[in-house]
Amino acid sequence: MTVEASRGARDEAPPELVQLLTPEGERVEHPDYDLDLTPEEIRSLYRDLVLVRRIDLEAVALQRQGELGIWASLLGQEAAQIGSGRALTDSDMAFPTYREHGVAWCRDVDPVKLLGLFRGVNHGGWDPKEHNFHLYTIVIGSQTLHAVGYAMGIQRDDATAATIVYFGDGATSQGDVNESFIWASVFNAPVVFFCQNNQWAISEPLEKQTRIPLYRRASGFGFPGIRVDGNDVFACLAVTRKALEAARTGQGPTLIEAFTYRMGAHTTTDDPTRYRVASELEAWKLKDPIERVKAYLFKNELADQAFFDSVDKEADQLGADLRRRCLAMPDPEPLDIFDHVYREPHALIDQERAQFAGYLEGFEK
Amino acid sequence: MTILSLSKALNEGMRKAMEDDPKVLIMGEDVGKLGGVFRVTDGLQKDFGEDRVIDTPLAESGIIGTAIGLALRGYRPVCEIQFDGFVFPAADQIITQLAKMPMRSLGAIKLPVVVRIPCGGGIGAVEHHSESPEAHFTHTAGLRVVACSNPADAYTMIQQAIRSDDPVVFFEPKRRYWEKADIDTSSTDWWTPLHAAKVVRPGADATLLAYGPMVKTCLEAAAAAEDDGRSLEVVDLRSLNPLDEAVVMESVRRTGRVVVVHEAPVYNGFGAELAARVTEQCFYHLEAPVLRVGGFSTPYPPSKLEEHYLPDLDRVLDAVDRAFGF
Repeated sequence: MTVEASRGARDEAPPELVQLLTPEGERVEHPDYDLDLTPEEIRSLYRDLVLVRRIDLEAVALQRQGELGIWASLLGQEAAQIGSGRALTDSDMAFPTYREHGVAWCRDVDPVKLLGLFRGVNHGGWDPKEHNFHLYTIVIGSQTLHAVGYAMGIQRDDATAATIVYFGDGATSQGDVNESFIWASVFNAPVVFFCQNNQWAISEPLEKQTRIPLYRRASGFGFPGIRVDGNDVFACLAVTRKALEAARTGQGPTLIEAFTYRMGAHTTTDDPTRYRVASELEAWKLKDPIERVKAYLFKNELADQAFFDSVDKEADQLGADLRRRCLAMPDPEPLDIFDHVYREPHALIDQERAQFAGYLEGFEK
Repeated sequence: MTILSLSKALNEGMRKAMEDDPKVLIMGEDVGKLGGVFRVTDGLQKDFGEDRVIDTPLAESGIIGTAIGLALRGYRPVCEIQFDGFVFPAADQIITQLAKMPMRSLGAIKLPVVVRIPCGGGIGAVEHHSESPEAHFTHTAGLRVVACSNPADAYTMIQQAIRSDDPVVFFEPKRRYWEKADIDTSSTDWWTPLHAAKVVRPGADATLLAYGPMVKTCLEAAAAAEDDGRSLEVVDLRSLNPLDEAVVMESVRRTGRVVVVHEAPVYNGFGAELAARVTEQCFYHLEAPVLRVGGFSTPYPPSKLEEHYLPDLDRVLDAVDRAFGF
């Protein structure tokens, strides 16, 4: 059976896909998801989409030039990330994987800080509390449990807030993700599970992870699941807003499956031409998340060419600035190895630091 | 003074920690109404409520993973893993997340999580209920690893572990849960630092290094050796990471002979680390190589065989004899 055929079989009864903006840039209504945006807000979303794509492209270029060891591209997933990220309030807490550069943008994390991990100067490097944006998590699905635990803390604090946790289609096979669904359901935790189904877990297609649409998993755990057009920034914003509001008001978790596509490689070490056909990529190009907002703005005369030019110029400046600051990022000092392993004094660390310092000093004499 | 069993001392220690700090939470399978399978958390849910003593679904990774999230929110979770062999489903969360996350944030976040693990054999249990997984965790940077051996230490060490801003893996010797001692719970000024080793029996001819359940076995061996005219010193390590090297090396330099005793398999066990460090630092004081007594390189055996697997007084004394034979 071909990939296409198996997908067709699985989607015999196609699930409803929440969509508010078609790939052609036509606004459509949905009975459950209302969204009233000002022209300024729509232009702002467009700007976000363009700028995070530029951050991503610049990072890919930096990797190709040897400045980053590796990079996980978000190309194609901008709408899922900006739509959901812009639905968050300041008091909400986000738990990302390693690909949520767009959500990081929405949480005001300086983009250059995203590069540290990939350049090899640190394993994270921003203060999660300052941005309510947790560190990138490399182990697949681990962060879903952290998000649920954090949500249980919100409940105990009697606070009005929610957590959102990001993961991919591959992560849904992990035990931790399933445990997090159980915990969230049993404790009615204020958490939104945001699955970016980008169709591929490195080279493994969705068929290797599931036999049913992912959003339907939620019903088995006892909470609602919804599938949204992940390339539609309006729909992602509306659906995530509603789910977060439900969580904040004691209605428990929601699973959102953002149906999207990873246009690039899994990471810069990957080669998708080995495992997927070009026609698939071409089909998804027609659903580009940026082009449809641009078309909408144009058609409705909400933006003129000068606006688009100014955003492109801003993107150029952002890219150049990111490049300059990436190259200026200092290498860590050798003795930094011992920093922050423990918060309280630790005799073994102190001993090894002193020994290594003495060894290094030997070269300076 | 109050006479308390080791399990009750842990219970009282946790109770005190919960009274002192409203952010302290207990979580695990069956820790609420049942009071834990060993009753270590007995009565705590009744007194502190279900929001602070949390009965969780049956999944160890979930317990540690959600505890991490609670700690990120400012809580101090104390997680109970029912038995040593069941910590492995949680090993990923402990090793890749709990241990590493503070460093990943360059110190911006702390994870004051305690992972309580009833460890070791000697209670006639089925498989996966009698293991000694300490080396897995002492090998993981970012974790503190301690083991109590008696009720008084249990009472103080659990409170110190809960107060620590670092994650602590806390081993409890399950076969010693029912042993009792007189504890002064009203006093705190006699508290030994969490990471200090203790000379629990002074001696002159050889040092027995032990922790957790084997401390008592070593004390019995030392008492028996006295009849043979040998004076054995027993050091309770209490903390495995970090190790209190000062107390260990001072003892070794005085006695010149060392036998390390633990229940875990000898091969690549914590005793290997002790032997290496003692040899490196006390080479010219040693009258004999550092000898190790422990489990075999086999899975923990069925309970009808565990008396042969577990170090006992005779196996310890046999090693002491060998140390004197060099």
